[in-house]
Amino acid sequence: MASAAQTVQRRRVLRAPTATRLRHWGLRGVAVTYLGAMIVVPVAAIVSEGFSDGLTAFRSAMSSPGAWEAIRLTLVTSALAAIINAIFGTMLAYVLVRYRFRGRGVLSAIVDLPFAIPTLVTGVMLVAIYGPNTPIGKALGSAGIQVIFAQLGILLALCVVTLPFVVRTVQPVLLELDTAEEEAAQVLGASAWRTFRSVVMPAIRPAIAAGALLAFARGLGEFGSVVFVSGNITGKTLTAPVFIFQLANQFKPDEAAAVATMLFAISFVLVLFTNRLVRTERKEEADAA
Amino acid sequence: MRTNVAIRVENLTKRFGGFVAVDDVTFDAAEGKITALLGPSGSGKSTVLRMIAGLETPTSGRIWMEDEETTFKSVQERRVGFVFQHYALFRHMTVEQNVSFGLAVRKESKAEQTKRVDELLKLVQLAPFKDRYPDQLSGGQRQRVALARALAPRPRVLLLDEPFGALDARVRQDLRHWLDDLHRELGVTSLLVTHDQDEALELAHEVVVMHEGAIEQMGTPTQIYNEPETAFVAGFVGSANVLHGHVADGHVQFGEHRIAGADHLEEGVAARAFVRPHDVRLSTPESNGSSVEARIERVSTLGWLSRVVLRLDDGQVLIAELSNDELDGLDLGSTVRVDLRRAKAFTLPEDVLELPELAGAPAE
Amino acid sequence: MSAVTEAPRLIDITPGGAEARRRDRRRKLVRGGIVAACLAYLAVVLIGPLVGIVVSALKPGFRTLTDTLTSQDVRHAFFLTFQITAVTLLVTTTLGAVTAWVLVRHRFRGRRLMNALVDLPLAMSPVTVGIACVLLFGRGGWFMPWFSARGIQVIFALPSMILVTIFICMPFVVRSIAPVLEELGTEEEDVARTLGASTVQTLFRVILPNIRWGLFYGIALTTARAIGEIGAVLIVSGNLKGKTETATIYVLTAFEERMDTQGYIVALTLAAISIVALGVIEVMKRRKVREVSR
Repeated sequence: MASAAQTVQRRRVLRAPTATRLRHWGLRGVAVTYLGAMIVVPVAAIVSEGFSDGLTAFRSAMSSPGAWEAIRLTLVTSALAAIINAIFGTMLAYVLVRYRFRGRGVLSAIVDLPFAIPTLVTGVMLVAIYGPNTPIGKALGSAGIQVIFAQLGILLALCVVTLPFVVRTVQPVLLELDTAEEEAAQVLGASAWRTFRSVVMPAIRPAIAAGALLAFARGLGEFGSVVFVSGNITGKTLTAPVFIFQLANQFKPDEAAAVATMLFAISFVLVLFTNRLVRTERKEEADAA
Repeated sequence: MRTNVAIRVENLTKRFGGFVAVDDVTFDAAEGKITALLGPSGSGKSTVLRMIAGLETPTSGRIWMEDEETTFKSVQERRVGFVFQHYALFRHMTVEQNVSFGLAVRKESKAEQTKRVDELLKLVQLAPFKDRYPDQLSGGQRQRVALARALAPRPRVLLLDEPFGALDARVRQDLRHWLDDLHRELGVTSLLVTHDQDEALELAHEVVVMHEGAIEQMGTPTQIYNEPETAFVAGFVGSANVLHGHVADGHVQFGEHRIAGADHLEEGVAARAFVRPHDVRLSTPESNGSSVEARIERVSTLGWLSRVVLRLDDGQVLIAELSNDELDGLDLGSTVRVDLRRAKAFTLPEDVLELPELAGAPAE
Repeated sequence: MSAVTEAPRLIDITPGGAEARRRDRRRKLVRGGIVAACLAYLAVVLIGPLVGIVVSALKPGFRTLTDTLTSQDVRHAFFLTFQITAVTLLVTTTLGAVTAWVLVRHRFRGRRLMNALVDLPLAMSPVTVGIACVLLFGRGGWFMPWFSARGIQVIFALPSMILVTIFICMPFVVRSIAPVLEELGTEEEDVARTLGASTVQTLFRVILPNIRWGLFYGIALTTARAIGEIGAVLIVSGNLKGKTETATIYVLTAFEERMDTQGYIVALTLAAISIVALGVIEVMKRRKVREVSR
């Protein structure tokens, strides 16, 4: 009797950890396979195809007409859009956190719209209101400003698409700020602007930078809205993602892969860097608390 | 206006929507002295302080500082020093930058700033921490930096909002003594908001007791402690036994016993008598007047004295603090006769429920 | 809240004090200016364009609207989009939940790498994704032989469109569940286990209810992203009308073929669906914020 009970006990003691361990490895295996298959394999394909012949594909791609202009255009417009949204995004975050007014919820929802609207539809929307056949488009046209099928349109599209990034990174930081520091500054004689500069800005600067970097990375790869709005004129309004697309359509997958890898490498490094920035900021806050 | 009044507050009222946080408060803070605003949370004392600083605008009322009306002045113009409960140090600035902030804003020369910062850091004994950041300092150190920062621009008055509330008990004690010394040395008019009555009684020259937005009593710590004018003050400041009865012939009568001290009250009304535990003494043959009979229910020995729980024959409880010598020969359950000295009697406010209050708990 | 940043109520403004009132007015002006600038920006960038598309889509009239939406091409396009989205949701939700679990609850070498991998799709242009798919499944691709031997058409067919959408939508569920799981901690699970609950019971009774809002948030985000995908899907689809034309591709083609009105209508419809999904997200986000801060 005793030995049977002992055996059962022993078996139970043995089974539990093995079962848990199996489950652990099973889950981890699933996750690893998922990520491996879905992420690693495609990336490997791109990189290997693009650089299987060394830099030949890359050089060949970049010798196409408009190639370097496309890269430059993409970098410049993405950077400008990121800066514009850094400014307005910070203002919007401030308004949403510090001001009380009816319709604040509506404003918050509007700011989140670009995350929901398909990028192509964003392009369509811009054409609908600023296109050459619209009243606003015609008025701007007569003033010499062309939006659609011009670089301004690209900038506008990128501004729309990356609008929420800075707002969303700055908002939580503003929410967490203790107004006591600002009150202390005021009592010590600092004006409202001085208080903002000395107390609020240092606190939100990292968040603004993180948001702007994310916006920039996002802008580099934007396709749907830009392809619709820009007219894709080689050397003038052709951006890097559209250029890559054209290369693929011309059955030059290796060249497309080469340029795509370069673009992707920049974005990926930015995203990684920004994530770490955000995580260390949060960790510092938690440690200090 | 007398020039030895540093702060004057007149009919100060603050309403938040329908809620009255501060109700018609008037008092003076004498120059060079520490005045304490003492009261439980929600009594409005912090709001009064913030209005004096300019961080809140009064609904009505006026504020003067050294003969100058400051009711409508901006926060920046008032030249007050403010110390917050949670320090509010600028976390992205070093200790030095924190302390010099008020001077930098006023565009003092760099040399002047450095000199003043060094002076103050020496005063608060934190000179070696000049280049540290707030998160590298302990709570006590942070509060000292906050004080240095507040004092750097030579403010007219120093306002302290529960400055030691966020600190450990031990650190609190240390800083309390330290602030006392500091004040002796500097002599800056200080207005201290606190809910800790020990702090107020120990530090302040004048105490303003507040409750539910209004002033209950103003006076020196001794006056507040020994001569409470309202039931709230009697119960809040220092521990007190509360005995319920009614007024009979200038005494408070409960059961068979009566305590003197109700001459000022109307005959027959319900009343409460407040007696401090150390004013409950064993009767001697010479004692007369307010003595009652009670049974010893529990004795807790705390070092050299004991806290004795006494039960009266009408069920009410008295707590006495007696020395161990006095208790010699007395057992649990034995009946003793005790004198109740310095009892203060107050009527019951109509709207207050008659709750059996256990002695010793301040009405917080 | 300090006097500077809180809007003073009428009650608080004391009679007298002209200087104070002037300061107040200036403060209100600055505040109004900032709000006005923000609103102007939003008008140019978002609100104006939204109005534009609504007008363009509805101007031809209700009849045109219904005719377009019920036309065969449009119905097929939406059906295709729906199929892609449904499968994507299924895969990314279940596998994403597992991934989030492993990332939060397990400690192993390479966890940081896994974390970075999850973010990878967010950094990739959809065009790149499409090209990768072509490279893998197209002519001469790594996996092409295996599939063509079995007669399965991947490229220029539904499977590849699903695959690229899964890739692109992968981070959303993971990133929306992970923080909730993290905040949740293991306490409740431990308690459940000590009370005798099996793993499955713990999963359904303790874990899932707690991560509910994060999960829904991720699903809503995935849906919006999936129905709006164009770049990758365009490359792998080969654009065979009626067969591989999603709703977004339909819009693109419509404008190319000068069927502007139809383009606007379908585009507006897609935007409308997305906005409803957004509305759900907003509500979820508010509940999720409350939940995480518990």
